[in-house]
Amino acid sequence: MSQRTPFHQQIVIQPEMAERFGDLHPPLDRQAAMPEANRCLFCFDAPCTTACPTHIDVPRFIKKIASGNLSGSARTILDANILGASCARACPVEVLCEGACVMHRYNKQPIEIARLQRFAMDSFHESGAALPFEPGVETGLSVALVGAGPASLACAAELRRRGIRANLYDARSLPGGLNTYGVAEYKLPLVESLREIEMLSQLGVDFHFETTIDAAKLSELEQKHDALFLGIGLGAIHRLGIAGEELAGVTNALDLIAGYKSGELTTVPARVVVVGAGNTAIDAAIASVRLGATDVHIVYRRGPEQMSAFAFEYEHAKSEGVKFLWHVQPTGIRGGNAVEGLELTKLESNENGSIIPQPVSKFLLATDLIVLSIGQAAHASFLVESETKSEKIQLEQGRILIDRATGQTSNPKFFAGGDCTNGGREVVDAVADGRRAGIGIAAWLEAQHVQA
Amino acid sequence: MSKPKPTLESVFCGIPCINPFWLASAPPTNCGEQIMRAFDAGWGGAVWKTIGVPITNVSSRYSSIDWEGRRMMGFNNIELISDRPTEVNLSEIAEVKRRYPKNVVIASLMVESKRETWHDIVQRAEDAGADGLELNFGCPHGMSERGMGSAVGQVPEYCEQITGWVKEKARTPVIVKLTPNISDIRIPARAAKRGGADALSAINTINSITGIDLDTLQPNPNVDGKSSHGGYCGPAVKPIALNMVQQVQSDPASALPLSGIGGIGSWRDAAEFILLGCGTVQVCTAAMHYGYRIVEDMQDGLLAWMTEKGFATIEDFRGLSIPNVLEWKQLNLNYRSVARIHEDLCIGCQLCYTACWDGAHQCIHLDRASSMPDTRRTPAMVEAEAIQRISTTPIPKLDAGAPGCASAVTPLERIPRVDEDHCVGCNLCALVCPVENCITMERIDNGLPPESWEDRTAKGLVPPGAAEVMSTNT
Repeated sequence: MSQRTPFHQQIVIQPEMAERFGDLHPPLDRQAAMPEANRCLFCFDAPCTTACPTHIDVPRFIKKIASGNLSGSARTILDANILGASCARACPVEVLCEGACVMHRYNKQPIEIARLQRFAMDSFHESGAALPFEPGVETGLSVALVGAGPASLACAAELRRRGIRANLYDARSLPGGLNTYGVAEYKLPLVESLREIEMLSQLGVDFHFETTIDAAKLSELEQKHDALFLGIGLGAIHRLGIAGEELAGVTNALDLIAGYKSGELTTVPARVVVVGAGNTAIDAAIASVRLGATDVHIVYRRGPEQMSAFAFEYEHAKSEGVKFLWHVQPTGIRGGNAVEGLELTKLESNENGSIIPQPVSKFLLATDLIVLSIGQAAHASFLVESETKSEKIQLEQGRILIDRATGQTSNPKFFAGGDCTNGGREVVDAVADGRRAGIGIAAWLEAQHVQA
Repeated sequence: MSKPKPTLESVFCGIPCINPFWLASAPPTNCGEQIMRAFDAGWGGAVWKTIGVPITNVSSRYSSIDWEGRRMMGFNNIELISDRPTEVNLSEIAEVKRRYPKNVVIASLMVESKRETWHDIVQRAEDAGADGLELNFGCPHGMSERGMGSAVGQVPEYCEQITGWVKEKARTPVIVKLTPNISDIRIPARAAKRGGADALSAINTINSITGIDLDTLQPNPNVDGKSSHGGYCGPAVKPIALNMVQQVQSDPASALPLSGIGGIGSWRDAAEFILLGCGTVQVCTAAMHYGYRIVEDMQDGLLAWMTEKGFATIEDFRGLSIPNVLEWKQLNLNYRSVARIHEDLCIGCQLCYTACWDGAHQCIHLDRASSMPDTRRTPAMVEAEAIQRISTTPIPKLDAGAPGCASAVTPLERIPRVDEDHCVGCNLCALVCPVENCITMERIDNGLPPESWEDRTAKGLVPPGAAEVMSTNT
């Protein structure tokens, strides 16, 4: 390993920010973890395991907590999900493992799987133990992974465990992608993401930071490597396309979240409007509250029943004082040098379900900051332009088409996973994609090797 | 018509009892001050911490077994008999009896195996006002190394002889406390009866080592890095105690009024001991765990149950379950029951499935979603299919119309099916099922008359050799 400073030691944690973004779900201590672990029924073919995109063997890791085998518990988690500590904090477990818990079916509280998983992983990190996996015997094969987010990291771990070199390329200076820069700090602190990636890198992953991959560079990588994995995520957040969007005081949710997480942004003005009602919008709105805003609105052109945020996120936002304006569409941004207000038009549904502006319904919502969170654009089009010698990589609505079981694209040498293939889901989905692709790449390379 | 109001008053081997709940001879009955507080809390009687030549105890003395987050499911001690001077204990017995004449005070005694020594202690205990005597022939640790306690209880001749010495002198009922650390409890019970005992109490604690500290490799309780076997009690020992109680009560040569001991902590436990013939019950671990106050619900709950069942007195139900315990060879081999899974209650944990495959008879299957029964699909096949499934986080916008996973309804494919033709009715699935009444054992009427192994043997229907098994259970 090189002499670089561990990732999590490359950042400065500001105590005031850590306080403001304290744990949403506080950790369990041993005395609380044990009875909770013992409450688990140890279901056969457990629904929680099935619901988990990475199929962590939940009852198994929980029983290991109960037996006091904490290192075995962490190994069980990491074996299925190399970002097990991150996922314990970042996952929307209400709609995944905990949502599937059979306890729901006889009026009992579901097992607190996420907090138990965090307990196992925290204990493992505190013990100072090394990653419980060894790299495989070197095969001499090499894979380039574009992007160093969760999908690529999970893919890289599988490749390294099989003795295949993993070269990760990322535009940022630190790894983790949205796992590091995009998850609300009160769920997953940036430092914890980096700590986990540092552990993963013990497998001997080669990182190439501040490296942007364009079509030309991609061709170069294709020449140099035996296979490629595309974990490129999604692109920029869409713009509204209305007047005034260029004013100071208009930003987007991902920049806001990455900004405060990296310490570049420590306050926001008093009045904030977030446009959009997805989970990222909720994160941005709550972050604004915690960064000092006193008047935070989420505006959405449809009603609460159509928003893409999870119900529990909506409840959380309301509990933090975020106000919601439904059935409104931004139609203009007012301000001189900086934003002063967002002009909104009320919408109504017509008989065939589409929404149309109500006449004479414009009003102005005074604000100092407008945060756009209306979905991310795909940015995979450069793949189609690239000068690959073999088949083109097929896209569908901007997403890279893959075989779900192996991650393989229409060009057999290219594999892909994560947001660029699924349209933007959770960290755990990206890890699952990356893991399947890592196994898929190894199997494909082995088949190539046998044929050769 | 309202049911008669029941009473807990009874008479045990001639001793009138205001209720059947006694504190066993142990730390909760160490001194008069404790016992008077216990009587205030509602205990009907107390067996005084064993009186004898004062001993020196070690520190520490107790250890326990926790079970999945619950404390003290099994409890162990290496404490000896009373460490207080005999005259102090006796003067306090007199004081307690003066203040609480209606409550039973039994003096537990243990002295060296000499006739005069026993005569002396019996006289002094009775002079102090004890309502009865309990001979501690059961203490399994420490005292037994000095030829007392279970060292007496384990040798029928000693047991009979010392009981006889005591009976020569005693004016009050003599209760012999039996040790379970013996292959057949009936042997010392019979000896005590031959010696003239008026009653028995059982069981004393069971030899035990509760555990070993995996860091220090020292067993517990830790006495300067070492330990010694102790006496085991608490909820974990109740089944062993019930069996021994049943053995004694079903054996005419052993049967005497019996004070049941072993893991009793609630009125339910007490009712079970009484149903197997006990006249009183003794409690220690539960009182050590939660305090004397537990007796309130023991009285309240037992009375409520008696009202519900129409029992007016303890005697009305004492021993009613004894005829229901037979020898195995007398059980009906033609009785058949099968497991039935109530789909509306099933939560889909599939514990019954894995238990039946690995621990029973492979007759629960996961094939409800198949077009036809599939009894060849193994647990490994089920797991192999599961790992292949691709799951994603359901995002409202991306997965419109997809079923939510927090469904309150168990999907059909997760509800196991019992192959009733092959189910042997072993109960395992019903025992592992976490949901009450979800799996019930249903009687199947096969039209066959009752027939036991004994019957079959008598009719010559068993294969040659099969009946020639040596029986030790007589």
